[in-house]
Amino acid sequence: MTMKIDEIKNGIVIDHIPAGRGMTLYELLGLDSLDCPVALIKNAPSAKMGKKDIIKIDADIPVSFDIVGYVAPSVTINLIKEGSICEKKKVNLPETLTNVIKCRNPRCITTTEQELSHIFKLTDRENGVYRCIYCEAAAK
Amino acid sequence: MRSLIDILDFSTEELDQLIEVAKDIIADPDKYAEKCKRKKLATLFFEPSTRTRLSFEAAMLELGGSVIGFSDANSSSSSKGESVADTAKVVSCYADIIAMRHPKEGAPLVAAMNASIPVINAGDGGHNHPTQTLADLLTISRRLGRLDNFTIGFCGDLKFGRTVHSLINALSRYEGIHVVLISPDELKLPSYVKKDVLEKNHMSYEQTESLEEAMPKLDILYMTRVQKERFFNEEDYLRLKDSYILTPDKMELGKSDMAVLHPLPRVNEISVAIDADPRAAYFEQVANGKFMRMALILKLLSEAGKI
Repeated sequence: MTMKIDEIKNGIVIDHIPAGRGMTLYELLGLDSLDCPVALIKNAPSAKMGKKDIIKIDADIPVSFDIVGYVAPSVTINLIKEGSICEKKKVNLPETLTNVIKCRNPRCITTTEQELSHIFKLTDRENGVYRCIYCEAAAK
Repeated sequence: MRSLIDILDFSTEELDQLIEVAKDIIADPDKYAEKCKRKKLATLFFEPSTRTRLSFEAAMLELGGSVIGFSDANSSSSSKGESVADTAKVVSCYADIIAMRHPKEGAPLVAAMNASIPVINAGDGGHNHPTQTLADLLTISRRLGRLDNFTIGFCGDLKFGRTVHSLINALSRYEGIHVVLISPDELKLPSYVKKDVLEKNHMSYEQTESLEEAMPKLDILYMTRVQKERFFNEEDYLRLKDSYILTPDKMELGKSDMAVLHPLPRVNEISVAIDADPRAAYFEQVANGKFMRMALILKLLSEAGKI
């Protein structure tokens, strides 16, 4: 079965998202608050990955590469101008994540001081391990 | 602004310098008696820890400085809901350096990010206690005359013992350290410490459940308390508790120049009969803690341009 999503003129296509992570990325990027057309395609057939998710945003808005890199370090971000790809970006695991994920350690200072930013540092790139800068608990 | 939150905030060269200063203080305390004249240490203890607080206060007083602070959260503004960040900013207006104890992990880091004066972590929950590690390092250095090429056994609760994790971290940067992990299965060193510290730094280590077996190999024996509440059932606790009590019989298996350390307080894990053994170094370790805190206060105040 094929499914046609209108091509976008100016905006962003986040491709090669591992199947099942598209919705997480959609939520973390706050795409539900946009009023431009946004398409989340789940389980699209992929020669390389078998199945993949894709997000298309029909507006030239800033997207946090840190969030994209954290959720799906394998993705390609295509920047679209006048209907064609003007730039392809590969993302990596970011060194720091600020207010992307929350520390779940009940003993961490962030549980009692609500104003504190939740900051995580990448401590093991090979295994993608992030640790809270305050209590050093690994992100789950 | 330089602070001490984690023992790894200091390089090994800096740790070695602190140890040298501490040894000089021990040799000639008069030379340091007025180094911190007119300077104030704020001891912000959001949970009680009498020994650590007294050690910091004694350290500052012996440097000729003075001390302000509180010894539990109920007598501070945090009981009115003040944030750690605001407390740090306010106290920066009154004092020259802060020593902070807090039940929440990471609170001293938050203080350091907001204070305009140096902050020393005096213990944050089960997370870090770097000045205990400083005391441990000075004790090892004074007993062995070196901080490299020795065998250290950690005995007891290696799972929850933050002093153990912190000392292993500090020692990971010295050459030729062999670690013997002596604990029941229930209280083994967490796998992340093994992976992130021991294996990452290529430290040699072995694990055993038998203190007797390990004793003859050790240059340093670091004892910790095995607490009943750490066990899932009383049967296991009763089966294991005596295995990790250091008695004169077990001491006979150790080297004649071995040193026994313990972060204290002890309950029953070191028999009182051992106190008279010259290898018992745990009370000396308490005194060393004060000297290292003096050296640390001097270093941080000096780097902040306050002395």
